[in-house]
Amino acid sequence: MTTASPEKVDPGVQEDLTPDEITLADIPWVTVVWNDPVNLMSYVTFVFQKYFGYGRKKAEKLMMEVHEEGRSVVSSGTREEMERDVQAMHEYGLWATLSKAE
Amino acid sequence: MTSGFVRHRRSRRAIATFSVFEADLLRSLAAQLVELLRNESAVGAVERDPLEALLDFSGPTTEPEDPVLRRLFPNAYRDDAEAAGEFRRFTESALRDGKARAAATVIDVLEEAGLPAEPAGEDVTIDVELDEQTALVWMRSFTDLRLALGTRLEVEEGDEDYWYALPDDDPRAQAHHIYEWLGFLQETLVGAVR
Repeated sequence: MTTASPEKVDPGVQEDLTPDEITLADIPWVTVVWNDPVNLMSYVTFVFQKYFGYGRKKAEKLMMEVHEEGRSVVSSGTREEMERDVQAMHEYGLWATLSKAE
Repeated sequence: MTSGFVRHRRSRRAIATFSVFEADLLRSLAAQLVELLRNESAVGAVERDPLEALLDFSGPTTEPEDPVLRRLFPNAYRDDAEAAGEFRRFTESALRDGKARAAATVIDVLEEAGLPAEPAGEDVTIDVELDEQTALVWMRSFTDLRLALGTRLEVEEGDEDYWYALPDDDPRAQAHHIYEWLGFLQETLVGAVR
């Protein structure tokens, strides 16, 4: 037989947070670039280097993912940051969307 | 015929030489793009009180009807129409404006390089020199022009054989030829800047 501890137990989270808020705060957002038949591979690589500051190798890898798999996650962060990235991609003429990270 | 852009060794600028015909073609494509961007739901920004215009954040919330504009301003959210509408409301006007200004820059540079208002078969060449910032603007505009042409032509990946099989006098074949020429210019410009 046992009883609950009479001591107040600290579960290690702020009491004023609901479980939902705890989980949501941890979910990052991502920017996804989709394949299209028009944009040049060299240009897409260039945009990833120029805008995100990625090295040539990483930019080429992401570009190949877009080309071969139809899409690639190119950045992650807060929703606001991803909206900025998507807007920038649209400025460059790339087809991009944002969504919650899977 | 132009051999595209190269990087000038000393100034590091991207330089290209166009025939008057080529420069005139680029100008007319860019002008058509400006017209398209300023046309549909340009929210009558002209005769408005400037302060009122500044305080008005109400851009469009629904996708444009024209497929070219839909491609230039795609939905930012795939499965959330409300969020996509909000995003569009706050971004589409600025995006439209940026793309129209980029195309206008292409026209300005060509005219500053000596392209006459109405070329009459002059046998002169138009030399353009782009610093890095302007080269980026041209690249974005080449992209927009190719997206516009490619969408109108319904270009698909790996469909080259279809286009090459069309007779030369087919207007679609001619438009596709221009689309490929813009791709060639874009490729050389990326190479000259990187």
